[in-house]
Amino acid sequence: MSALVYLIPIALLLGLGGLAACLWAARAGQFDDLDGAASRILFDDPETNRRTRK
Amino acid sequence: MTTLALPRSLAPAAQDALCAHCGAAAPAGSGFCCTGCEAAYALVNRLGLGSYYGRRALDPDRPPPRPDPLAAIDPTAFAEAAGEGQWTLDLAVHGLHCAACVWLIETMLAADPAITRARLNATTARLSLAWTGPREKAAQLAAQVGALGYRVAPIAASDMRADREESRELLHAMVVAGFAAANVMLLSVSVWAGAAGEMGSSTRDLFHWLSAAITLPALLYAGRPFARSAWAALRIGRTNMDVPISIGVALATAVSLFETLNGGAHAYFESATMLVFFLLVGRYLDRRARGQARSAVMHFLSLARSPARRILSDGSSETVAPEALRPGDLVQVASGEKLPADGVLLDGESSIDTAVLTGEALPKAARQGDLLHAGTVNLGAPLRLRVTALGDQTLVGRIATLVSEAEGGRAAYRSIAERVARGYAPTVHALAALSFAGWVLLGGADWRMAMLIAAAVLIITCPCALALAVPASGLVAASRLARGGVLLKSATALERLAEVDTIVFDKTGTLTLGRPRLVRDGGFAEADLAAAAELAAVSRHPLSRALVEATAAASPAEGVAEHAGQGLSLGGTRLGSRLFCGIEDDDGAVGPELWLTRPAHEPVRFRFEDALRPDAVEAVAALRASGYRLVLLSGDRAPSVAAVAGAVGISDWQSALLPAAKAAWIERARAEGRRVLMVGDGLNDAPALAAAHASLAPAHAADATSGAADAVFQGERLGAVPVLLATAKAAGRVARQNLVFALAYNALAVPLAIAGFVTPLIAALAMSSSSLAVVGNALRLNGSGRRA
Repeated sequence: MSALVYLIPIALLLGLGGLAACLWAARAGQFDDLDGAASRILFDDPETNRRTRK
Repeated sequence: MTTLALPRSLAPAAQDALCAHCGAAAPAGSGFCCTGCEAAYALVNRLGLGSYYGRRALDPDRPPPRPDPLAAIDPTAFAEAAGEGQWTLDLAVHGLHCAACVWLIETMLAADPAITRARLNATTARLSLAWTGPREKAAQLAAQVGALGYRVAPIAASDMRADREESRELLHAMVVAGFAAANVMLLSVSVWAGAAGEMGSSTRDLFHWLSAAITLPALLYAGRPFARSAWAALRIGRTNMDVPISIGVALATAVSLFETLNGGAHAYFESATMLVFFLLVGRYLDRRARGQARSAVMHFLSLARSPARRILSDGSSETVAPEALRPGDLVQVASGEKLPADGVLLDGESSIDTAVLTGEALPKAARQGDLLHAGTVNLGAPLRLRVTALGDQTLVGRIATLVSEAEGGRAAYRSIAERVARGYAPTVHALAALSFAGWVLLGGADWRMAMLIAAAVLIITCPCALALAVPASGLVAASRLARGGVLLKSATALERLAEVDTIVFDKTGTLTLGRPRLVRDGGFAEADLAAAAELAAVSRHPLSRALVEATAAASPAEGVAEHAGQGLSLGGTRLGSRLFCGIEDDDGAVGPELWLTRPAHEPVRFRFEDALRPDAVEAVAALRASGYRLVLLSGDRAPSVAAVAGAVGISDWQSALLPAAKAAWIERARAEGRRVLMVGDGLNDAPALAAAHASLAPAHAADATSGAADAVFQGERLGAVPVLLATAKAAGRVARQNLVFALAYNALAVPLAIAGFVTPLIAALAMSSSSLAVVGNALRLNGSGRRA
């Protein structure tokens, strides 16, 4: 049972990390255009586009 | 499976090639249907983006709009400063048909070094731009996108900000609830597994404490949407599904906390968090489905927002947003622009396209001193207007007010979920209270055990399946309809559509396409048509546009004079009305026509008709076969209404009806107990749309009309109507099945809970399985749609 002392904090920290990443992605607008994101990967991305897709 | 249909426009025998840019029919050999498409094709290839044509997926039923240099707008007045010489602008882009369009537009704009942001959201069709340099660059950017065939319109960033804030809050709440549910479940499963084995009570208590530490902050944050809605309902003395949800979650958490404090064996933290998580998922998806419809409608609203050119006292002019105008201002309206306000025509004469008000395709002549209305389009020479009314005070604004008043009646509609909720909440609360009292008084249990049992009753009855039952089926139906081009705006639209027994159609723009088309009756040669199109290419008159549309590449001739309300002339050549061309009236006129007279040539007549939607006859026949009573109510003259009614096969029709008369007809039908679906597009239909039990409008409809409608359909096909009604019925069936299932599950589980057999493990299992069953049943709707 003593393994719980470090296993549980590790599990919770991993979970919190996932939560933080999810919230960051939502705040950064990554869920704003789910339809477009699905098909964007199918197209080449010319150098110029990287500058303007913010 | 759908079969690949050939574009209907291929049907005319003489045409067998497709335009390389827009995919519409083009004369053999030319490769393009019009000069605009030729220019767009050249532009795309010049930029090195020719691979676009290989990548896109064209829907033959919904061809992209043609490039239209006359439709260009100047959005400069809507650009907002973003500091350090930066400007930002949001544009609604109309005519996107696949992901390749997004790529084409973004890549084209990105080639300009002044542009710092060019991001097109495919879900909302909003293009977000930022650039450095002069503010006036906005016009050039809009023209660049317009030259490819897309229509752009400025949107005020604030229009959608509140909406986006709300869905973002839901998303955040969902993410937090998901995190909490997963971690608490992890701890709970360990407790349940350990209860049979060697887990000591101190380890169990530790796990309960950890669960509490995760649950409490998570629920305080993620439960807000439910608590707010429940509180709002209670405050006005009503109850909704959120009331039992909020009470159930709050009580389960409180009891579990109490048990944890006292080292009890059972805690319900995982049930509480899972319940909130499931419900938030349902709510978020529901919001997304309807958000699409909302943004589509907002686009059409924004297409109507055109900047105004105000004339200052010193004679110079400035471009301002329409909100900045004041009564008494002088406004200049260029040819092809929308009038920004109601006003009096100061001088000269022009022809005005009033389709937005009346639904009629042909323009009206306007003379000095005439009162003109906001939203109508100036088709003639530039005109000057003295503003008399703005915003809500304009005719359009007043009709919109009328519509929102008529909608008050519909807001009272109780959805089936609300009707169930009204009886459900008091029942389960009474049951919980009774089982508490029963165990204490009759069962001889101590109050702590009785409290646990009461909490179990509340959790097991917590309407997870019930609250998901209706939204799940509605969501699946809505997304299936969206793929077919029908967008649902109202949450209860599906239920109301399923109850419809009478369908009322408007004529122009609803059964017909609402714009004139050249009739190839053999009365003219292709050379005549080409000669006429050269003149017509400079004009915005609908008949001229129809003439140009019927030809291959027509290049506008130099020096054409336009005579408002009469016709066009170039030297001795005249194109216009019978009177203008000096032709004697022979009473042979059927519908609109144009005459072409040239020196040393016989006069030539071009006839036009307002064509039926391509599948109007089949759609009407399908509706009649399904047993609906069909009625045609039109504001048009009797002969043309009779012709259309005969063509589609509607025997019950009325003509020359004023907007109020249409609404009155619907009120009468309602009084007779009929449930009416109104299908219409003009602003004159808006009161009728609002008065009807359910309503549908084509997506091109006027602002207030699409605002009043429950659903809008895109494209030229009327077949959307029978599909919509069938889907609504199927969704209603599934929703009822789900409700019956959810209630049956409760009937089974509640006695167990009252008897005290329900442990947290059983509660969690029962809740998840019933929710999954309900969602799975709703997904069947998707499958049946694919087979059809």
